[in-house]
This record gives sequence, structure tokens and C-alpha cells, in this order.
Amino acid sequence: MKYLKEFGIILLITCIGELFRFVIPLPIPGSIYGLVLMLVLLITKVIKLEEVKSAAQFLIAIMPVMFIPAAAGLINSWSELQPILIPALVTTVVSTFIVMAVTGITAQKIIRSSSKEEQ
Amino acid sequence: MHEFIAGSATFGVVLSLVCYYIGVLLKKKFNSGLMNPLLISIILVIIILLTFKIDYADFNSSAKYLSWLLTPATVSLAIPLYMELDRLKKNIKAIMISIFVGTVTSLAVILMFAFIFHFSHAQYVTFLPKSITTAIGMGISEEMGGIVPITVAAIIVTGILGNIIGESVLKLCKVTDPIAKGLAMGTSAHAIGTAKAMEMGEVEGAMSSLAIVTAGIITVIGANLFGMFI
Repeated sequence: MKYLKEFGIILLITCIGELFRFVIPLPIPGSIYGLVLMLVLLITKVIKLEEVKSAAQFLIAIMPVMFIPAAAGLINSWSELQPILIPALVTTVVSTFIVMAVTGITAQKIIRSSSKEEQ
Repeated sequence: MHEFIAGSATFGVVLSLVCYYIGVLLKKKFNSGLMNPLLISIILVIIILLTFKIDYADFNSSAKYLSWLLTPATVSLAIPLYMELDRLKKNIKAIMISIFVGTVTSLAVILMFAFIFHFSHAQYVTFLPKSITTAIGMGISEEMGGIVPITVAAIIVTGILGNIIGESVLKLCKVTDPIAKGLAMGTSAHAIGTAKAMEMGEVEGAMSSLAIVTAGIITVIGANLFGMFI
């Protein structure tokens, strides 16, 4: 029953998230509403961590395989990707470099300046 | 054969799992960042579908049950976030500002390339969510009219690249603080980058997981604003 209950709670909150998506006219996936709702319910102790933890950790652990079907859909999108293959690669590679450097440097500067303030 | 695959409730799932398992084995054997199980499994599935002339739609008639789990799995990301709440509160300023700056940088760099390469709106919004976790990125691309499989491919390539180059880039930029390292990995390379952050250390791993969710949420709003530019 433990896993059924845990999975049931996660599905219920997912379903409410999808309902939000249906009602609110913004291009935000239902999963995000569900995520925020779950976090709020945990913080307010409406849901206890133990009531969802095992099933949630299982779902997160197997998450990588959930991306395979969508990515294999590249087969059908190859004609759309092929003409922009090089621009796509350049955009992807360069932006990854820049974002990593900018985030790391920004975070380190703030952490160091605030630890100086404390001293 | 065509009828069997189209009617089976498990074929696509089993094929995906077997290919992923082969990827895990290869990773164990060669222990290299290039041997990413997800990347290997996607390539294997595509090769098998092409070789045996299996329609993607037939494969997906059962494989879709794996995709179906993605929404509850994304909701579940609230759990590790909740477990790291104390650390989050303590470093809230550095975390929020750096993830925000990193996410906006990502969107701005993609906008710049979209101008340079004359991307259409659909192509542009396909790449906007490329630095965030696939679950959220796929949703954004779909909602904004992007080409979802290309978004997924860009996200996975980003993650693997971040996983491989992470340590060198951070060293080059003289980023040594464990919190900053974790935030950089998670913001730029989501879950696959987080796997590398976990290897760097516990704090790096926790911060990277935190960045996945936070950058994902900021991108939901940011991508919708940036989507108006092209």
C-alpha cells in the first residue's frame, strides 16, 4: 500500500497541475504547476516528506529513460533539423560554455563578497 | 511484424530499456563522459528503427507510456528541492542572482544566434529552453510552437557537453567555490551536468539539483518573454 499511496499522491498533484494548466491561459506546462504545488504542500506540512519520498525518488532515478521516445522522434524531424544542423550545433555548444562560465563567476563573486561582509 | 509492434503495449518500452541498459554497460566499461547512456540509447533506438524499417508511430504507440511518466517525475523534483531547503535559504541571494543571470544569459545568447543564423520563430523557440531539464524544456517548446524532438536533442547534447567540459571550464574561469561550481553545472547543463557535479562533491551535487529546478522555472517565464523578439 505504501507505494500505491505515494504514487497516488504524486498523481493527484500532477492532475491538479494539469487542471491549472487548463484553467490558466499561460504557456506553462502542467508539470511546473504541479512541482510548485507539491513544494508548497511540503513546506506547509500538508504533505509529509515520508508520504511521497520513496515513489518520488524512484521516478527521478528512472527519469533518463523517459526522454528516449521523444528524442527518437528526431527521425521524423530530421528534414527540419538538417538545413540548420551547423547553426544548431554552434548555438548549442557556444551557449553552454558561456552560461556555465557566467553562472559560476557570478555565484562565486556574490558568495565571496557576502562572506567578507560577515567578517 | 508491423501489426505486432503497432499493437504491442510493451515493445517500445522494452526496446528503450534494453538500449539504455546497453548504454549503462558501455559507460561502465569505458568510463568516459562521451559514453552517456541516454545518448547511446537514443542513437541505438534510431538505428534499430531505421534498420528494421519500423515506423516511429508504431514504436511510439507503446513507448509513449515512458513519456507519460515524465509529468509526475517532474512534479517529484519538488522533493529533492524541499530536502535542500535549508541550504537554499542560507545562500538564497547568491543562488537566485546567479541562476537568474545564467538563465537570462542563455536566452540572450540564443537570441543573438537566432539573429545571426536567421532562425524562424519555430526554430528560435526550439532552442530557447536548451539549457534546462528535458521535462520542463519539452513542455516549453511544445507550448511555444517549437520542434519538440530537436529541443530534446539540443538539451541532451547540452547536458553531455556540460558533463564533459564542466571541470575544465570552471578551472579556466577560476571558479573554486563548491556552491558556485554546482550552480554553474546545474544552470548550464541540467541533470546530465548534475551527474558530474555529484562526482565533484555533495555540496556541488545538491546545488546543481537546485539549479535544475530554479533555472527551469525562470526559463518558463523568460522563454515566454524572449519568445516575443522573433
